[in-house]
Amino acid sequence: MQVDFSNNYFELFELPIAFDIPEEQLSTRFRSLQRFLHPDKFASAADAERRWSMQAASFVNEAYQTLSKPLKRASYILSLNGISLDEETDTQMSPMFLMEQMELREALGDAPEAADPHAALDKIRSQLQAGTRSSAEEFAVAATKENWPDARTVVRQWQFLEKLTSEVRTQEARLDDA
Amino acid sequence: MALLQISEPGQSQAPHQRRLAVGIDLGTTNSLVASVMNGSATVLKDEQDQWSIPSVVYYAAGKASVVGKNAQENAATDPYNTVRSAKRLMGKDAQDVSDSWLADHYQFELESGSLPSFKTTAGNKTAIDVSADILSKLRSTAEQTLGGDLVGAVITVPAYFDDAQRQATKDAAALSGIHVLRLLNEPTAAALAYGLDSGNDGVVAIYDLGGGTFDISLLKMHRGVFEVLATAGNTSLGGDDFDNAVADWIQTEASVTELSDQGAKRQLLGLARSLKETLSSQSSAPYSLAINDNIKFEGELSIEVFNTIIEPMFKDTLAPCRQVLRDAEISKADVQAVVMVGGSTRVPLVREKVSEFFDQPVLTDIDPDQVVAVGAAIQADVLAGNKPDSDLLLLDVIPLSLGLETMGGLVEKIVPRNTTIPIARAQEFTTYKDGQTAMALHVVQGERELVADSRSLARFELRDIPARTAGACRIQVLFQVDADGLLTVSALEKESGVLASIDVKPSYGLSDGEIEKMLRASMENASEDVQKRALAEQQMEGGRVVEAINSALNADGDEHLSIDERAQVDALVDSLKQSIEGTDSDAIKQAVEKLEAGSALFVERRMNASVKQLMAGQELSELERTLVTSGADSDADVSKAQNSTVSNTESDS
Repeated sequence: MQVDFSNNYFELFELPIAFDIPEEQLSTRFRSLQRFLHPDKFASAADAERRWSMQAASFVNEAYQTLSKPLKRASYILSLNGISLDEETDTQMSPMFLMEQMELREALGDAPEAADPHAALDKIRSQLQAGTRSSAEEFAVAATKENWPDARTVVRQWQFLEKLTSEVRTQEARLDDA
Repeated sequence: MALLQISEPGQSQAPHQRRLAVGIDLGTTNSLVASVMNGSATVLKDEQDQWSIPSVVYYAAGKASVVGKNAQENAATDPYNTVRSAKRLMGKDAQDVSDSWLADHYQFELESGSLPSFKTTAGNKTAIDVSADILSKLRSTAEQTLGGDLVGAVITVPAYFDDAQRQATKDAAALSGIHVLRLLNEPTAAALAYGLDSGNDGVVAIYDLGGGTFDISLLKMHRGVFEVLATAGNTSLGGDDFDNAVADWIQTEASVTELSDQGAKRQLLGLARSLKETLSSQSSAPYSLAINDNIKFEGELSIEVFNTIIEPMFKDTLAPCRQVLRDAEISKADVQAVVMVGGSTRVPLVREKVSEFFDQPVLTDIDPDQVVAVGAAIQADVLAGNKPDSDLLLLDVIPLSLGLETMGGLVEKIVPRNTTIPIARAQEFTTYKDGQTAMALHVVQGERELVADSRSLARFELRDIPARTAGACRIQVLFQVDADGLLTVSALEKESGVLASIDVKPSYGLSDGEIEKMLRASMENASEDVQKRALAEQQMEGGRVVEAINSALNADGDEHLSIDERAQVDALVDSLKQSIEGTDSDAIKQAVEKLEAGSALFVERRMNASVKQLMAGQELSELERTLVTSGADSDADVSKAQNSTVSNTESDS
């Protein structure tokens, strides 16, 4: 069975297409939708309805997870505007940014051998958090001006920061488990 | 609302008739069944006045299996035929069994390609068979106490159970004739038992150390919606390990190197367990146990020594605790309450150290052995439709990442762990060779980068891909995880317009065909009673479908169907009704299938209509009303809905 859901997650959540969104409204609407659609509401219904409920609830979950994570939300706004992030032809990054990334990466590599590895990781993390915050701000500005080339560059840099952040988390897990 | 009414046949005729549903805690050591009676969830007692049924099954040649306390009594005299801790082998393969301590205690049939089974005098029994026997016992306990057939059950599983283990649990339920309303994560059930009364919003940690498994989950509660933020644990860690460690210690103290006799091992384990239980309230426990006249264990175990013995195992629970905090991106200070679940949390060291870790007192008000069953019963009551106004909704997450093997034995994660379910994720792959007409897909679960380190769930091939140049074909692989956390994978070749797709089930689960085969086998062995039951069930199912369709047809059948289409559906309904009058359960099943196929278009149109209304942003309860009273002036409904949207937002925020 095909459910004719619109592709636009913002519409689903009754929000304008914008990067800055009221998170409270997002989560309230998410819960109202799931109260209506979730398979638990169809536990004894006919098979066709159960399937529909699963598909609809999956769609709402995907939409919520996309909009509630800032980087995913930004990427999604780009895709709504026909901007692809994966084009291999355009791999240009600012040399300045790449340099910073290499330094952070080296620091991360050295962290386990630092006198206080947790402190070393905390330091890298706060640098990454600062970078993430300014990425979000820059994206909001570029998106408002509909300057998509700039917005795209910001998201690509942001992806680097996100990747590093998850590596910091992995390192912490290793420290904790040791 | 219309859609909920569909799920509640009988409500209109007898508004006060409750649909009997239970919550089942299918534990490693003990199992419980509970139900909501007179407004409160109660654990049900069996005919021996026991509410905690040992998860032990005794198999004797030519006799019906015995479950629970009576089975346990055979542990010392007939150890190989007295099967316990079968839950540890749910969804496991031969290799897992060889690695388990159970391999020392039982004789196994380990044939590659089939499920490992316990060798007993009553035949080979898989963990699924054993669990099904326990579930049957719980089912009959419940049906006797509640005085009627169950419409279904919520069965709890450790949050950390992987896909194969969940599938195995569902298979066991199917074998025992229980309709699973939902597989519920044990910690979520515990939070349900505690959380709803308090009504406080916030993050709660559930620390669940049972007989055989450990789980830690972080849940966010907000106005009746439970959101699982993160979950982690260890499927092979629990109070049984404490017992084994204490038994080893006793043996070492007595300089007894080897106990060859299984019965003796059991006796020693029993002693270890009772010492552990004594030390929950005493500072020291003396012991004296003579086995076979020639071996005697005598001495005293102090709480200090006991703590030293179990501390390494306790420490293994802390890494998952740190992990969930990281995954949920919160700090210990954000945790507003810590709920203790599972018999092993009676151990003072565990309480003390968990309290220390989270830097706050831990909650132990509800019996840690009952709390899971109580929560499951509350959820079952809601899912059975006994509480149409309930606000309760559980949003669960998937505990382990799901992915596909890619070139070089690497795992491409498609659904990361802690993603809210149900969820569907698609990923496109392409052919890598010219003229390639088939693609092998290997579905894996786990957090590691390499396939070799992950859990293999299923392998399948997509064939008949049109021969094209490399990269020209687009193959979409879709992972669909349902609300029970069970996975279906399908692959679809899109580019040429030729569709080829396949659904898979995990390698260690049973296919529907196998379940049917096992069901048939068990029916042949059992009395006519079972066949009667099968017919009764099929009749009930048929009746449910008739009522569901009729109520939908009455609501808005003419709106969505032409006169001809309507007549076709009506004819199918009639033939199903006729088959229900008869005694051929296969005929009923076929009529149900025909009707479901024949009404698919109607259901789809109906759902799409309701989705459109939903998308139009109507306030929900207003929408539900609109669906019930179709035919009312739709413009008037819409304007009313828009007005109330405003007030809804205010009241909900």
